[in-house]
Amino acid sequence: MDAQVHPHADAHGAHAHSPHLQHHFDSLEQQFDSGKLGMWLFLATEVLLFAGLFCAYSVYRANHPEIFIYAHQFLDKFWGAVNTGILIASSLTMAWAVRCSQIGKQTGLVICLCLTLLGGVGFLCVKYVEYKAKWEHGLLWASQYNPSHHGEGHDEAAAGDGHEDHSEAPDPSAAHAATPPAEAAAADPAAVTPTVIMTTSAGVVVERSKILPAAMGPMELAPDTTGHDLHGKEPQNVQTFFSIYFMMTGLHGVHVIIGMLAIAWVLIRSLKGHFSPAYFTPVDLVGLYWHLVDLIWIYLFPLLYLIH
Amino acid sequence: MATQTSTIPAGGLAGARDSAEKNYLNESKGILSWLTTLDHKRIGVMYLICILGAFFLGGMSAVLLRTEHLSGTPNLMEADAYNKLFTLHGAVMIFLFIIPGIPAALGNFVLPIMLGAKDVAFPRLNLCSWYLWVIGAVCALLSLLLGGFDTGWTFYTPYSTSSPFQGVIPIVTGAFILGFSSIFTGLNFIVTIHKLRAPGMGWFKMPLFLWGLYSTALIQVLATPVLGITLLLLIVERALGVGIFDPALGGDPVLFQHFFWFYSHPAVYIMIVPAMGVISELISVFSRKHIFSYQFIAYSSIAIAAFGFIVWGHHMFTSGQSELMNTIFSLLTFSVAIPSAIKVFNWTATMYKGSIVFKTPQLYALSFLFLFGIGGLTGLFLATLSTDIHLHDTYFVVAHFHYVMFGGTVIAFLGALHYWWPKMFGKMYNENWGRVACLLIFIGFNMTFFTQFAMGSQGMPRRYFNYTEGYTTYHVVSTIGSYIMAVGFFVIAGYLYYSLIRGRKAPDNPWGGASLEWQTSSPPPVENFKKDPIVGDPYDFSNLKYDPAIGGYVRVDAQGVAS
Amino acid sequence: MSSAHGSHSGHGEQVGHIVGWPILVATWAALMVFTYITVAATYIDLGSLNLWLAMVIATIKAALVVMYFMHLRYDRPINALVFVISLSALALFLVLAMLDTAHYQQVLIPGYAPGMTPR
Repeated sequence: MDAQVHPHADAHGAHAHSPHLQHHFDSLEQQFDSGKLGMWLFLATEVLLFAGLFCAYSVYRANHPEIFIYAHQFLDKFWGAVNTGILIASSLTMAWAVRCSQIGKQTGLVICLCLTLLGGVGFLCVKYVEYKAKWEHGLLWASQYNPSHHGEGHDEAAAGDGHEDHSEAPDPSAAHAATPPAEAAAADPAAVTPTVIMTTSAGVVVERSKILPAAMGPMELAPDTTGHDLHGKEPQNVQTFFSIYFMMTGLHGVHVIIGMLAIAWVLIRSLKGHFSPAYFTPVDLVGLYWHLVDLIWIYLFPLLYLIH
Repeated sequence: MATQTSTIPAGGLAGARDSAEKNYLNESKGILSWLTTLDHKRIGVMYLICILGAFFLGGMSAVLLRTEHLSGTPNLMEADAYNKLFTLHGAVMIFLFIIPGIPAALGNFVLPIMLGAKDVAFPRLNLCSWYLWVIGAVCALLSLLLGGFDTGWTFYTPYSTSSPFQGVIPIVTGAFILGFSSIFTGLNFIVTIHKLRAPGMGWFKMPLFLWGLYSTALIQVLATPVLGITLLLLIVERALGVGIFDPALGGDPVLFQHFFWFYSHPAVYIMIVPAMGVISELISVFSRKHIFSYQFIAYSSIAIAAFGFIVWGHHMFTSGQSELMNTIFSLLTFSVAIPSAIKVFNWTATMYKGSIVFKTPQLYALSFLFLFGIGGLTGLFLATLSTDIHLHDTYFVVAHFHYVMFGGTVIAFLGALHYWWPKMFGKMYNENWGRVACLLIFIGFNMTFFTQFAMGSQGMPRRYFNYTEGYTTYHVVSTIGSYIMAVGFFVIAGYLYYSLIRGRKAPDNPWGGASLEWQTSSPPPVENFKKDPIVGDPYDFSNLKYDPAIGGYVRVDAQGVAS
Repeated sequence: MSSAHGSHSGHGEQVGHIVGWPILVATWAALMVFTYITVAATYIDLGSLNLWLAMVIATIKAALVVMYFMHLRYDRPINALVFVISLSALALFLVLAMLDTAHYQQVLIPGYAPGMTPR
C-alpha cells in the first residue's frame, strides 16, 4: 500500500494543470479511482437497500408459497420479458456510451446516451401499462387490495393485456373480505369477525375483515400448496404478494427515474463537450448506476413474473 | 497574546494581519462562507454545533423524564406526554447526536489531517451529508409540531402503524434522511482512507482513531441502507397500508424487528467503535507510552464491526423469535465480548508503567474504562437467554445501554472534544474546571444509572409512566444523579464558551501527541498543512519535549535540540 | 493494488479500461439468450428446481453485467471486494431472517394472536 502513493506523486507534475483535477487530489488517476470506489460503495448501499425487499420476499415466499403461485398469474410475463429486453439493451448502449467517451467519440456518446434514455422511457411506459391494469382490477397492495374482476379459470397474463371479462360478477371466493366459512371456522372461531371499516390516512375507506392472518400457519390455509390447482380457491393473504410486488417494482421504478435524470445530466454535459478520454468519470459512474438498476431487474423478473 | 486573537476586527484589519495568522476559521467571513464551505474542518465545526444542540434537546428531555419520576404519581405531565418525551429523548440522542457525534463532527475535522490529506475525498458530498442532517433534524422538529410520536425510538410495528399521533411519519422520514447523511459520511471516510493517505502513511501507521472510524464507516455503509428500506416500508405502511409488517393485513411484525435490528444492532457499534478509537489515542498520549499491541487494537475494531452484524437477534429474545435462533444469537452475542476485551486489556497494558498525566481528556479516558467495563459486562447477563427473560425490558437494560452509550460513547466524545478543542479553535480551556466537570459527570452518571441496575433487577419495567412505592428511593437517587450530571454539562458549556473568547492561545501541540494533526498550527490553515508533515509512528513520543515557554510540546532531534 | 493499474497507466492521460465493442455486443447477446432460457424454463415443470434454475440463470446474467458492462473484471480488486461484501451482507440478512421465520411460523397457534383478538 505504501507504494501506491508514489505514482501519484510522480504524476502530479504532469496533471497539475488539468482543469478537471480537484485541489485535494494529486493526480487524475487518484481522483478517478476515488470516484470509482465511492460509486461502488454507493452501489453496495443500493444492494442493501433492496436487501430488505428481497428479504421480505424470501420470507413470505418460503412460508406462504401458495400466495405467490396463485398471485403471479396476474402479472404479465410478456410485458415483464419486454422490459427485461429493454433494460438489457439500454445497458448495452450505456456501456457503449462509456466506451465512446473513453475513446473520445462525441457523436457516439450523445447517440448512445439518447438511446439509453429512450430505453428508460420505454421501460416506464411498459410499467405504466402494467400498473394501470393492476389499478383497474384492484390488484393493489394490502389495504387497497380489492380484486373486482378476476375469478376462477383465468389464464395467465389476464391482468396485463386487457382482455378481461368485465361483465363477470365478483366471485365470492375471490372477494378478499369473505373467508370461506368452513376453512375459517376450522382455524378459529375468533377469525370470523364482523367486518370493520378501516380508514387509511389517505382518506380511503376500505372494507375488510379483521382476521388474524399472521397467526395462520401455511398448512391450515393452503390446501393447494402444490400450486397446480390454480383454479382452486384464492389462498389467504394474496394481498401480501401485491404489497411486495408494488414495493419492489416501485422502488426499482424510482431508481430508473433517478438513473434517467442522471443520464439526462450527463447528456447535457456531453452536448457541451465536457468529456474527453482524460475526463469521463461522470459518464462512467452514471453508467455503473444504470447497470445496477438493470441488475436488480434481472432478479426481479424471474422472482415476480416467472413463478412456476 | 490574548488580545491579538480575541479581538478579531470586523474585517478592516484582516489584510494587515500577518499571513501566518490565517487559518480555516478566519480565512473567509460571513455565514454564507460557512454554509457553502467545502472545507472538512468547517463542516466538522458545523456538525459539532448542530449535534451539541441536539444533545441539549435530548438531555433536557431526559432531565424532565427523571423529574417526572421523582414520585410514582404524575408530577409534570400525563402518560401520553411521558411516552412522547422518552421517545423524543431516544430518537434525538440516537439519530441526531450519538451516531453523527464522534464520526461526523470530530472525525470530519480530524480524519483528513491525521492522514496528511487536504480534504476528504468528496467534499461536496460531505457538505451534502451535513445538509441532510439538518433536513432530518427539521423533520424531527416538524413531527413535534404535528403532535409528536410515542412509539419508542425503535418504531416497532404495530405501535408505529396504529399510533394516533401524526408525528410518526415525519420522524420516520427524518430518520430515513439522517440515515443517508450517515451513509455518505461513511462512504466518504472509506474512500478517503483508501485513496488519500499521505506518502508514507501505511495502514499500520494510521492512528487507531482512524481504524475506529474506518470500521464505523464500514458498518454505516453496509447496515444503514437496511434501516432506510425498513423506515421506507414503515412510511408506506402507515400512509398507504402496504401491510408487510401489519398482522391485520397479513403481515409479520416480528419481521419488522429483524429488519430494524439488522441495522440497529450494528448501529450500536457505529456509536461505540469511534469512541474506542478516541480512547486509544487518549490513553497512549496521556500515558506518554506507545500503545500496547497496536495491531490487535486495529483488528479488533474490524472484528467488532464484523461480529456486530451477526448478533442482532439478541434484541428479540422475548419477541417471538424462534428458540433455535434465540440460541444461535445468544451464542454469537458472547463473541463480541472478545474484541471488546482485547481493547480494554490493551489500554490497561498501555497505562502500565506509563507516566500518566491527569489532564481532562485522560480523566474522561479513565472514566470510560470504568464505565464501559460495567456496561460491557452487564451486557453478558442480557446475552444469556435465561437471565434475559427476567431482565428484558426492565431498567436493567436501560442502565446497561446507558453505561455503554453514555458511559462509553458520550464520555469518549467529551474526552475527544477536550483533546481536540485546542486544535479546533486554537484556545485552551481552564484545566481545573475541566477536571471538576468530569468529576461531576462521573458521580452524577453513576448515581443516575447504577441505581437503575438495582431497580431493574428487582423488576422495574422500562418506559413505564408510574411505579409502586418500593422503587421510590432508587428513582429519587437516580433523579438527583441526573441533576448533578446536568450541572456538570453546564459547567463544561460555560468554560468552553469562555475559552473561545478569553482562552489562552493554544500551542500547536499542547498534549504531546505524535499523530499528524499536532504538527500543524492550532487552528490549522485551510490547506491543513503549511509544509508537508513528517509521517512516522503515531505513538512514538520519544522525540517530543515539553517547552514551558509556549506551554506545549516541540519536536526535538536525538540531541534534544528543537527541530 | 499498485500492480492492478500497471496495464493502463502508460497511456498518458488515459485512466480506466476500455472494453472493446465485440465484447459488449457478445455480452448483450448472451444476456438475451439467457433471458429466453429463463422464460422458456418456466414452462417445464421441475418442481422446486424451477426457482433455483431461475436464480442460477439470473446470477449468471448478473455476473455478465457486472464483469463486462461494469468493467469489474478489469477494475481494481478493491471495487470487486466492496461488491462481494455487500452481497455477503445481503446473504447473511436473508439466511438468518429466513431461518428464524421458518421456525417460529410453525409453532404459531392458528388463529391465536394475544392482544389482537377483538373482544
